[in-house]
Amino acid sequence: MTDTDLVQNIPLTGIAEKVGARLNRRHAAERRFRAYGIASVGMAVVFLAVLLTSIIGKGYSAFYQHEVQISVALDPAVIDPDGKRDHHALAVADYRALVRTAMVSMFPEVADNRHERRELMDLVSEGAEELVRDKVLANPALIGTTQTLWVPVTANVDQLLKGHMSRDLSRGGQFSERQLGWIDSLTAHGLLKSHFNTWLWTQGDSRQPELAGLLGAIVGSFYSLVVTLLLSFPLGVATAIYLEEFAPQNRWTDLIEVNINNLAAVPSIVFGLLGLEMFLNVFHLPRSAPLVGGLALTLVSLPTIIIAARVALKAVPPWIREAALGLGASRWQMVVHHVLPLAMPGILTGTIIGMARAVGETAPLLMIGMVAFIVDVPASPLDPATALPVQVYLWAASPERAFVERTSAAIIVLLLFLGVMNAGAIYLRKKFERRW
Amino acid sequence: MFRKTFALAAFATMAFATAAQAGDQIRIVGSSTVYPFATAVAEQFGKTSGFKTPVVESTGTGGGLKLFCAGNGPDTPSISDASRRITQSEIDNCAANGVKHVAEVVIGYDGIVVAQAKGGPKMALNLDELYRAMAKTVPVNGKLVANPYKKWSDINPKLPKEDIVVFGPASNHGTRDAVVDLIMDKACEQYPVIKALAKGPKQVACDAMREDGAFIEVSENYTVTLQKLLAMPSAVGILTYSYLDQNGDKIQAATIDGQIATYDNIASGKYPLSRPLFFYVKTSHVGKIPGIKEYIAEFTSEKAWSKDGYLAEKGLIAAPDAQRKAEAKKAKLLPDVKL
Repeated sequence: MTDTDLVQNIPLTGIAEKVGARLNRRHAAERRFRAYGIASVGMAVVFLAVLLTSIIGKGYSAFYQHEVQISVALDPAVIDPDGKRDHHALAVADYRALVRTAMVSMFPEVADNRHERRELMDLVSEGAEELVRDKVLANPALIGTTQTLWVPVTANVDQLLKGHMSRDLSRGGQFSERQLGWIDSLTAHGLLKSHFNTWLWTQGDSRQPELAGLLGAIVGSFYSLVVTLLLSFPLGVATAIYLEEFAPQNRWTDLIEVNINNLAAVPSIVFGLLGLEMFLNVFHLPRSAPLVGGLALTLVSLPTIIIAARVALKAVPPWIREAALGLGASRWQMVVHHVLPLAMPGILTGTIIGMARAVGETAPLLMIGMVAFIVDVPASPLDPATALPVQVYLWAASPERAFVERTSAAIIVLLLFLGVMNAGAIYLRKKFERRW
Repeated sequence: MFRKTFALAAFATMAFATAAQAGDQIRIVGSSTVYPFATAVAEQFGKTSGFKTPVVESTGTGGGLKLFCAGNGPDTPSISDASRRITQSEIDNCAANGVKHVAEVVIGYDGIVVAQAKGGPKMALNLDELYRAMAKTVPVNGKLVANPYKKWSDINPKLPKEDIVVFGPASNHGTRDAVVDLIMDKACEQYPVIKALAKGPKQVACDAMREDGAFIEVSENYTVTLQKLLAMPSAVGILTYSYLDQNGDKIQAATIDGQIATYDNIASGKYPLSRPLFFYVKTSHVGKIPGIKEYIAEFTSEKAWSKDGYLAEKGLIAAPDAQRKAEAKKAKLLPDVKL
C-alpha cells in the first residue's frame, strides 16, 4: 500500500467537524486550567486578606494612645530639698507626688480624701513620673517653674476610651462612677486626647502595657540578624561553590548533599537544643544574648542559603566556564571573575529568604533564654535581648487586656520587617539580573 | 569576602573575650503563674534601684528549678519562681550539682478558677463533681470503673445537660499539680474503695486524667485556654485568678463548694482552690551577683505584695499580715529550705 492509497482511503466528509470538536475540547481544557489557577490564587488572596484585616483591625489602635495634659509645678522643696542640684538626688526624688499634686489641682474636691486621691491617681500611668523626671534631669534649671505636658493614662483608661472595655462594672469594667466622671470631664475639656504612641517605638518591654515598647525586640532582632548574616552568607556561599565547582562527584559529596537537604527540613527547636548544648554549655557564651541567638539562627538559615546558592551556580551556563578556562583562567579565577557574579542575584535572593526565615523563628531562641522579660534595650550583641517574634509570643501570653492590641501591633511591625527584607531581595535580583 | 572573614574573626574573639563577664545581672526563671508578678517587681526594681533590670524567663516551675539547680556558676539563675513547693528530689538534684543552700519565700496566694464563657448557665460545682468530670477512673457503687460520664447532668442532674469538656493545664504547668492536689486528691480520698488501695495504685486512681476527649490538656499559656473557652461556650476551663480578674467581661467562674472566686474569698481561704506561690533563692549568689538582696527586699516590701500593693493589681492574692511578716523576716535571713 502506498501513501497515496492511505490518503485516498480516509473519508473526507466530516473532517472539519471532527477537528472543530477536538479543538473545542483542547480549548475547554485550557479554560478549565486557567479557572483552577484563578481560583487558587483567589483563595490565597482571600486567606491573606482575612489574616491582614484581622491583624490590622486588632492592632492599628495600638499605634495611638490616650494622654492627659497636666500642669506640673516643679516644686524645689520636693525635688531638691538640699538645693545642691545633685544628679542622684534629682533622679530619686518623689515625682509621683508632683504628678499627684497636678492631678488634684484639676479636681480639688478630692484633696482631703485619701481613697479618692488614690482613685484619681489610678488614671495616670507611672510613665508620667518618668516623663517629669527625664525633663528635670535634662534641664535642672526648670526646677521652680510650672511645666505643661502630656502624660500617658493607664492602659485601662486607654482601653475604655478606645471602646475595648465596658464602662459597666458588672461587665468587666474597671472604673467607679467617680472615675468615669473624671474621665468624661477631662475628655470634654480637651485635656484627654489620643496621640501617636511614641512609647511603642522608644521603649523596651514593660509590665505596664501603656509603657511597653518594641525597641528592645527590634534591636535584638537586628543584632541576631547581623550575626546570622555575617556567618551564614560567607559559609553558605563558600560551601555551595566548593560543592558545585570543585568537589569531585562521589559517594561522600552525595552524602553531604543529602544531609544538607535534610537539615533544611529539621524543626528549628532542634537547632535551639544544639545551640544550648554547644554555645552555652561548652563555649559558655552568655545566656539570652543575640550573639548566641544569631549563632542558632545561622544553623537554621545555612541549609536554605547553601541550597539556593547551589541552584544559582548551576543555572550559570556551562559555556561561560568553558570560555573562561579556554582563555587560560584558573578555576579559581573562573569562579570568582565569571561564575559568581552571574550567580549573585540568585544567591542574594536565597540569602534573604534564609534570613527572612531566621527573623521569624522563636523556637531556637526559647532554649537559649531569649524568650524572657527584658526591659533594657540591648547595647551590644552580648547584652540580654529578645526578638520580634518572641515579643509577639510574650505579649500574647500576658493577661492584661491592653496587650491584645499590642500583640497585633508587634505582628504588624514584624510583617513590615519581613516586607522590607523581601522587597530588598527583589530589588537586588532586578539590579544584578543578567540574561543570556 | 576576605574582609568579611576578618570581621568575623574579630567578632568571634570579641565574643569569647567578653563572655567571662556574665553574671552582672540577676537572672530569674520559673513558673508562668509567678511570671507577671516577678516581672512587675523586676521592672520596678530596675527603675528605682540603680541596678540592671533582672532578666525573667517563664520556663514553668519544673523547668525553672532544673535550670536553677544546674550549678552555682554566675551564668545559672539566681532565683527560681514556683507555683508549687520544691520537692525533695529537686533539692537532692540541687545538692548533687553543688547548690547546697536554697532559701524559700512565700510571696502570696493564687486562686484557681473553673471558668466558662460569659452568657452560659452559671455552674455551681463541688470538688467531687469536678473530680468525677476529669478523672480517668471513678468509683461507682464501690467499684473503680472507667469514667462513664458524658454530660455534666450524668454526674448531678442539677448541672447542665452539656457534654463535659474541660480545658486544663498540661503536666508541664505548676497549676496541674495544684489541680491534682486541691481537687483530685481531696475528692478521691473520700471514697473507701480508693482509701483501701496501696500508695502507688492510689496515686494512679486519683491523679490520672481521662483521655477520652473530655479533659483536654493545654500545654501553652492561659491565653490559649481563654480563646478555647470563648470559641466553645459549653466548655469549662481551668485558669488562674489573674485571668478572671482581667477578663471579667468575657468569662465567668463557677462557684466551688458554694464559694465565688473573688479576691476576698481567696485571701481568706474560704474559696477552696487556692495555693501559695514561692520563689527560691540561691544563697551562694548573694553578694556575688549585685542586687539580689535589694530585689528580694523590693518583692517582699509592703508596697509590692500587700493587699494595696502593685502586685495585687496584677492579680496576686496577698498573704495574711502575720504570714507576710514572717516571710519578710525569712527573706532577710534566707535560711535553707526544709520540707
